[in-house]
Amino acid sequence: MSSTVSAIQRSALGFVLVLVIFGTLPLVVSSYQMSIANEILIFALLAMSIDVLAGYAGRTSLGHGALFGISTYVVIYWTSVYGGSAWVGCLLGVVVATLVAAIFAAFAVRVSGVYFLLLTLALGMIVWGVCLRWTSITGGENGIRGVGRPDLIASPTAFYYATLAVVLLMTFLIWRFVRSPFGLTLRGIRDSESRMRSLGYGTSAHMFVAFTVTGFFAGVAGALYALFNNFVSPSTVQLSQSVEGLLMAIIGGIGTLFGSFIGAAAIIMLENFVSAYTARWQMVLGVMFIVTMIFAPQGILGTLRMLLIRKR
Amino acid sequence: MSDASALVLENIVVAFGALKAVDNVSIAVRSGERHAIIGPNGAGKTTLFNAITGVTPPTAGRVVFQGQDITRRSVQGRARMGISRTFQITNLFPSLTVDENMQLAVRGNGDGKFSMFGAAELNAGQAERASAALSISRLDTRGAVIVSELSYGEQRQLEMAMALVAQPKLLLLDEPAAGLSPAERIIVAEIIRSLSHDLTMVLIEHDMELVLNLVERVTCLNNGQMLAEGTPNEIRSNQLVQDVYLGKAR
Repeated sequence: MSSTVSAIQRSALGFVLVLVIFGTLPLVVSSYQMSIANEILIFALLAMSIDVLAGYAGRTSLGHGALFGISTYVVIYWTSVYGGSAWVGCLLGVVVATLVAAIFAAFAVRVSGVYFLLLTLALGMIVWGVCLRWTSITGGENGIRGVGRPDLIASPTAFYYATLAVVLLMTFLIWRFVRSPFGLTLRGIRDSESRMRSLGYGTSAHMFVAFTVTGFFAGVAGALYALFNNFVSPSTVQLSQSVEGLLMAIIGGIGTLFGSFIGAAAIIMLENFVSAYTARWQMVLGVMFIVTMIFAPQGILGTLRMLLIRKR
Repeated sequence: MSDASALVLENIVVAFGALKAVDNVSIAVRSGERHAIIGPNGAGKTTLFNAITGVTPPTAGRVVFQGQDITRRSVQGRARMGISRTFQITNLFPSLTVDENMQLAVRGNGDGKFSMFGAAELNAGQAERASAALSISRLDTRGAVIVSELSYGEQRQLEMAMALVAQPKLLLLDEPAAGLSPAERIIVAEIIRSLSHDLTMVLIEHDMELVLNLVERVTCLNNGQMLAEGTPNEIRSNQLVQDVYLGKAR
């Protein structure tokens, strides 16, 4: 019982830390740094959506960046080409991303392991190809420029706090999700799919639901990104988006949820600060990833957690 | 083949290419009966279990459970009908605790497994069933332990607990005592003996002495084919069985 209590306490601590750190940041940092923090929040949500599959169900997806970008495309298209309201656009973006996730899921539940990775990669590539070639809708390589945010969240600070609120709410939902009976079935599938079936679980149905739900969360992140970036192009749906989300989850710690915030912060800060000094910042990212894999394969938060448990 | 038969296997064949791992096996298990399947390694015992549970659907023949033809039903569909099994090679959720393994086992046949934002804890009735199955399997005090940290014997006991907690109508035990020390084997035998006699049970076991004292009927397989069927005493004195399985008389 004590382990359950301490797990809840740990998660509560995670919520409080995110709230306090990200909540007070705008008071102490420049507006440029605040926009980086804003981006960190959005990508932490994408990383968490990947972490649910990778860390709990044992399925590493390389398609969630595309789901994220689909939502971004829909929001920007709806507001700037169609001229609709941004609120409705966000809703539509999330709905479309969730539906596409369901289509992805119908294929992806048939496989596991490296085949799951390759299949989600291929599905993501299809999305990227469509966005690149369907010029009349997506603007091809030129992308589409947005029309700015609604008045209520037009100022950077207002938008920052709105993002924080949405991301915290989503984090809470994901946290409940992985701790629910359904979340436990995902961990069961990760450990032994054959045992799950012989216990009466239709494992494909469970994986389908899990994939679709994580697609919803990636879609929310993508909609926030549309409002944040005000521009979308094929690079938003390309493979590197998925890879970055996965790297964030891994560096933070797979299966820890809150590690995604640490991973997103590490990678985005690296991207922004190191790139000021060298164009080869991706080399630094590569080295960082290798070092993590060798010395802390459970990620930053996973390793901290292990050290704490050992100390007791 | 009266309606008292819980499980009827009719001319089951399971072929892997040219190899017939199970060749024309027919067995009828009465409701409440304890039936053992014995035979040397490679006799097709586990393959027959896989045909019953749907892991490897039979190439030919029929599997009838409680009067229903289930030959083509999915593994999980059969589990929900009340067929529960243990695995010869321990098949648990190693990174989860004993309690979490039991939660998954309890919910498998019931509702609540799709509950996404509900509490992870079992409801009162389910919790009672889980703790009853754990205490039958003598794991009552081990609930919070991660399964990979259990001893091998305890893992075998958990296999039993997870099969029992589903309240099966048919329990399939695939070498429940495999790899256990003599002392641990006695525990497993006692657990099996303590189970309700309403439960139909099919048991695969290598240990002849263990099995012949636990069951009412025995089927002996050899090279995928049925060699003999009868009461434990008949099997003990059967010359064919003695030759292939117990070894020829010295």
